[in-house]
Amino acid sequence: MTSLIVRAATRLLVGLLLLFSIWMLLRGHNEPGGGFIGGLIGATGFILYAVAHGSKAAREALRLDPRSIAVGGLGLALLAGVAGFLPGDGLFAGQWLFIGATETDKGTPLSTILLFDLGVYLVVLGSVLALVFALEEEV
Amino acid sequence: MADDGTDRRFLGGPAGWISILLPFGLFLWFAQHIPAVAGGAVLRWDVEWIPSLGVTLGILLDGLSLSFALLISGIGALVTLYSASYLGGHPHYVRFVCYLMAFMTGMLGLVLSDNLLALFVFWEVTTVSSYLLIGFNADEAKSRRNALQALVVTGTGGLAFLAGIVLIGTAAGTFSISAIEGSLADHALYLPIFWLVIAGAFSKSAQFPLHFWLPNAMAAPTPVSAYLHSATMVKGGVYLLARMNPSLGGTDLWFWTLAIAGGFTAVFASVLAIRQTDIKQVLAYTTLMALGTLVLFIGVGTDYALEAAMAFLLVHSFYKAALFLMIGVVDHGTGTRDATVLRGLGRAMPVTMLAAMLAAASMAGLPPLFGFVGKEFLYKAALGAPAMIWVTGCIFAASVLMFVAAGIAAWRPFTGPLAETPVEPHEGPWPMLAGPVLLSVLGLAFGLMPDWAEALVAPAATAVAGRPVEVDLYLFKEVNAAFVLSLVTFATGFVLYLLHGRLRSGLARFKPRFDPGWDRLMDGVAAGAAGLTGLIQTGRLRRYIFVTFLALGLSTAVAVWRAGLSPEIPPLDDLEVKHWSVLTFILAGALLTAFTNSRMTAVAALGVVGIGVALVFIIFGAPDVAITQLLVEVLQVVLVAVAMLKLPYLNHEYVKTVRGWDLLLAISIGAMTTVILLAVQAAPLDLELTAFFEEASAPLAFGRNIVNVILVDFRALDTFGEIAVVAVAALGAYALLKGVRRPSP
Repeated sequence: MTSLIVRAATRLLVGLLLLFSIWMLLRGHNEPGGGFIGGLIGATGFILYAVAHGSKAAREALRLDPRSIAVGGLGLALLAGVAGFLPGDGLFAGQWLFIGATETDKGTPLSTILLFDLGVYLVVLGSVLALVFALEEEV
Repeated sequence: MADDGTDRRFLGGPAGWISILLPFGLFLWFAQHIPAVAGGAVLRWDVEWIPSLGVTLGILLDGLSLSFALLISGIGALVTLYSASYLGGHPHYVRFVCYLMAFMTGMLGLVLSDNLLALFVFWEVTTVSSYLLIGFNADEAKSRRNALQALVVTGTGGLAFLAGIVLIGTAAGTFSISAIEGSLADHALYLPIFWLVIAGAFSKSAQFPLHFWLPNAMAAPTPVSAYLHSATMVKGGVYLLARMNPSLGGTDLWFWTLAIAGGFTAVFASVLAIRQTDIKQVLAYTTLMALGTLVLFIGVGTDYALEAAMAFLLVHSFYKAALFLMIGVVDHGTGTRDATVLRGLGRAMPVTMLAAMLAAASMAGLPPLFGFVGKEFLYKAALGAPAMIWVTGCIFAASVLMFVAAGIAAWRPFTGPLAETPVEPHEGPWPMLAGPVLLSVLGLAFGLMPDWAEALVAPAATAVAGRPVEVDLYLFKEVNAAFVLSLVTFATGFVLYLLHGRLRSGLARFKPRFDPGWDRLMDGVAAGAAGLTGLIQTGRLRRYIFVTFLALGLSTAVAVWRAGLSPEIPPLDDLEVKHWSVLTFILAGALLTAFTNSRMTAVAALGVVGIGVALVFIIFGAPDVAITQLLVEVLQVVLVAVAMLKLPYLNHEYVKTVRGWDLLLAISIGAMTTVILLAVQAAPLDLELTAFFEEASAPLAFGRNIVNVILVDFRALDTFGEIAVVAVAALGAYALLKGVRRPSP
């Protein structure tokens, strides 16, 4: 399992995969991508790390228990939904903030939608990793 | 039980005196309405409960419900006072009081509800609290078994009653009892309604052949027997019959069913009562007799009969609750309830004796007690009833045996020479004596002043009859047939009392075998359930998946067949090379999955199929779905491959036996899906939603990727539900995996 090539390649690939997953998450609103896909890609990164260095090392690299990540993501998504109430709209009504918007440029958009998608990302990442780690540690 | 005798705190502490004051306060509140109700008024209060279902929590206070409410709260106060002493030192006394209060709430709700659905809910509250109270001594197997028996019998009857309620709602167009107009006797649903309501009432009021649970319910502590299984709950069925009499009564079916079941129960139970040696059991069977009598006379349904039934209801509640409480005091003071052992307790327990004698005299129907008034009216009503011979015969036989039972339960234990008992006989404390004394003195007072009872009996009989009923209660007016019959009853009863020892041993040979039959029935149910579970829950994942897909396939097949779908096979000419190659790719993967003998190959081949499907998505321009599909497919292969290390080796012999079936099922499901898809394609595609999202996505949600915008904005709530499922499923699977690793001790 832990051939030198795999381990060396992993060092490079894990970082790339994680970056890629976040890029997928962020571009999701306009191009193919989104929290679900991003979460899966992120999970793949950590799984690769676990294959190369064992799941104990992968857990340490993750720092948080994957179950906490999943539940935290769920909470984040709910928070984004509840935020819709603040200006008097309904549950899960998206709220937007365009930082530095001018007549021609809409600036940097921030929204509860992004928060929600981040929640989806974390739920998928945490859930998949919880399962994979548990299965792997079993053997 | 509180063998140490006294609780150091006054009346069992806060739980004690709150539970005493509550019913007492309620009793006073109900009592203040007596003048109005006696004057013919019907009071009601309405609270909307479930407006969408038309359920109103209406409180209806007429003569019938007021009589019951006064009995429930009044006897409730005396019973809780008694319990504070009887169970005061018990470690679970507070729990007991909670059960008792829950029961009282349920019982009051039952008799006060105007809405049948609300009535049913309270009906079930009494069933459940009765279960808890019978099984109060939960460390005794007998106690638990008898509690369960009562629950199953009355609970099943309750379900029948619920079905009856639904039918009544259909037939009458309302669930409000007071809004049911006229009789339902001519309605097409009368027969099912009748039998369902009868099943509910007979199970609750323990009419033959559903009587057997009541004597067993005496496993409960004595105050419970006095309160639930004599004075109140078991009369719930009688209340129901009385309440439904205007709507369901008056038919031949009603008369004969109630008369035969009630009459038979009364005689049968009083014969069995004489057989018992445990005085509590004697009283339990005489309660059955009283319930049978009430059912019999409600069935007769004449003005006199209803008047007699309502008077007897009060009579019985007074003397029977007093006697039950009395036997608790005797048990407490001597350590036994055996009628063959107890003798000559009068000197040691004078107050108990006074209460017992008065109550027993009322039970025997001796003048000048209220029991005499009640029995006179029963006789008078019986002599004027249809099927006079049956009704009179039943009530005569039952009354004679009641006289004997009264002698066994209250005369013999207190008279004659003092006999040896397990505990030196001593008088009970005052809270335990207050109830029996007050109730038995009331029996005397109402006997001397029958006019007092009229205030309740008249409006109650009116409510049951559904027409005004004149009531004139009196102790003695003239020498008539009923009076003569009473004298004959006393004479016969006295002779039989003298012979009761011989009667008992004679009857002891006659043993109705209801309980063994019941146990066999329960064993059968348990065995059947175990067999069925074994059949369904084989523990083999393959079998579960097979059955799930079989059900899916069959239900889809039925749906397709009924919809008469006509799939059109589209022209294959415009398929390009890329289409053919993807198709071949998928087919190859599928065939490999089906025919390989290696798990690893099967999983990988299944991954090939999934990737082929992802390619289809790409070809038809759904990159989001394709990426997701691809990633999920990869992860699935990884997950299964890791899990596979845990699995036992594949049993190739077993695979051979099941592969044919699996293949058949898989092909069927696939064919079905194909048919549906082709049929969908044949119909013009409705693009309205797609058009809307294409148009609204950018201006409303600031996003150009429709799929994602739908997921995170337009249908965010759905997505939230889905990720919640993902997270919970992962947590559940995690727990299972970890649980497997550490075998539970």
